[in-house]
Amino acid sequence: MTIAPAPDRPPASPADARLDVAAVRADFPALHQQIHGRPLVYLDNAATTQKPRAVIEAIRTYYERDNSNVHRGVHELSARATEAYEGARRTIQRFLGAERPEEIIFTRGTTEAINLVARSFVAPRLGAGDEVLITAMEHHSNIVPWQIVCEEKGARLRVVPITDAGELILEAYERLVGPRTKMIAVAHVSNALGTINPVGRMVRAARERGVPVLIDGAQAAPHMALDVRELGCDFYAFSGHKVFGPTGIGVLYGRRALLEAMPPYQGGGDMIRTVSFERTTWNDLPHKFEAGTPHIAGAIGLAEAVEYVSRVGLAAIAAHEHDLLEYATARLHEIPGVRVIGTAPEKASVISFTIDGIHPHDIGTILDAGGIAIRAGHHCAQPLMARLGLAATARASLALYNTREDIDALAAGIRRAIEVFR
Amino acid sequence: MMSDLDQLYQDLILDHYKRPRNSGCLPHADRRAEGHNPLCGDHVTVFLKVRDNVVEEVTFQGSGCAISTASASMMTEILKGRTLEEAKRIFEKFHALVTGSAAEQDAGADLGKLEVFSSICRYPVRVKCATLAWHTFKAAAERQAAPVSTE
Repeated sequence: MTIAPAPDRPPASPADARLDVAAVRADFPALHQQIHGRPLVYLDNAATTQKPRAVIEAIRTYYERDNSNVHRGVHELSARATEAYEGARRTIQRFLGAERPEEIIFTRGTTEAINLVARSFVAPRLGAGDEVLITAMEHHSNIVPWQIVCEEKGARLRVVPITDAGELILEAYERLVGPRTKMIAVAHVSNALGTINPVGRMVRAARERGVPVLIDGAQAAPHMALDVRELGCDFYAFSGHKVFGPTGIGVLYGRRALLEAMPPYQGGGDMIRTVSFERTTWNDLPHKFEAGTPHIAGAIGLAEAVEYVSRVGLAAIAAHEHDLLEYATARLHEIPGVRVIGTAPEKASVISFTIDGIHPHDIGTILDAGGIAIRAGHHCAQPLMARLGLAATARASLALYNTREDIDALAAGIRRAIEVFR
Repeated sequence: MMSDLDQLYQDLILDHYKRPRNSGCLPHADRRAEGHNPLCGDHVTVFLKVRDNVVEEVTFQGSGCAISTASASMMTEILKGRTLEEAKRIFEKFHALVTGSAAEQDAGADLGKLEVFSSICRYPVRVKCATLAWHTFKAAAERQAAPVSTE
């Protein structure tokens, strides 16, 4: 594969000066390898991100030095493991701007966090004829849990429509929030289109009507500074592995008063205060929602990951990625037959596209032959694909370690695919 | 020497992708089945007309990638006029070819044009694309009620 020259490349933006990409790349061991004889170009960050050495080392150190079960242990290792685990919770609290550490519940990921809220918060307050409101651009994990509880309770799942560009129609949203609406769940950033939804404004409209809001932040956490108190949301969920942390760990933020009033999600060890065969009482927050031995190493790795992005600086990351996204959009627009899917003015890190006459799966295979990792398919958003009249798209998704050279390789790979199919 | 990619996307495959044969529904079909690849969301419907145990007509409908479309198109060409037993044997050989489980000397034996799919075995994630229409044909031939899934 030949890399097309970029004669009219604009000068580096100030954001590049603030984010030292070469230094960042040096922190990620997995980036430095050859795939099919080509240097890896990793553009599948919306699916999962690579891990910085600091995260890998934190997990390794925990297992080599501090490994023990948390809580109630009287020995030194248990004290260390507990301190590391609860310290991780405080780190996440600061990362999200939450008021108190017990508002941070560790889960397996965004999916489990949403299921927890659907089951423990929404199901008990949902009656026949009530409504849960989501949007047309949700990931399956922010559709199906609501569908299940709505089905159970005879409630109705309603959907905020989107424009062809992939923006929520806010007038429709305001109309859809009604007296029967018991919950609103919305993606902060669309995984398939990259649209940044105006969640602050949506939360304000919901609060005026007394409707609680959950924000699915899986695609937002790696890319922008978050402050749940400023957003005013009731719940915020994200996954560790999409923010440079390990798989199998995620976070649910919930406002304390709501979490206090909710019944447990799962029963087991750690989530109880006293157990007898006649009656069991629940532990305090956050333990009430963390039944069983938690993913201690995962929480430690995740805390290290959010500290890593905080050190690099989320403002610098957002600026760097914005610059890359604009560059990528311009490069793809130059190629005849390429159509960018999702053209909202407010976008983050995702560029979905199609090529006339080439199925996204074939695009994925041809790019992979050049060492370029993208994703092709419905991106776990089948209703969105149906709305856009597409079976699938190819999706390149960016992270802080991507470069303009990565985008040039992508553009060259796309030209190669068009050549193969000519 | 052809690159790996050129071996995968040979002219014959691209020709069947761009101009699929026997594409569309068969109004007087007596058997049909739907296939689904959850990996990419692709769907295919295979229509069959069988008389005296012979595949008199076979068509397919759906949209998919180059590999799945070309495979479906070439399948309809090769299976037309075959008995159901012959069709089953050809599928078994094709399956062995694309999964790389055929013995070296048998690989592609008697498969004719279908040998063009021999390099698929080096792309494990694409094997399902190549076999979707075939699994769906089998379900139609055996009159299975449930839709076929590659998962």
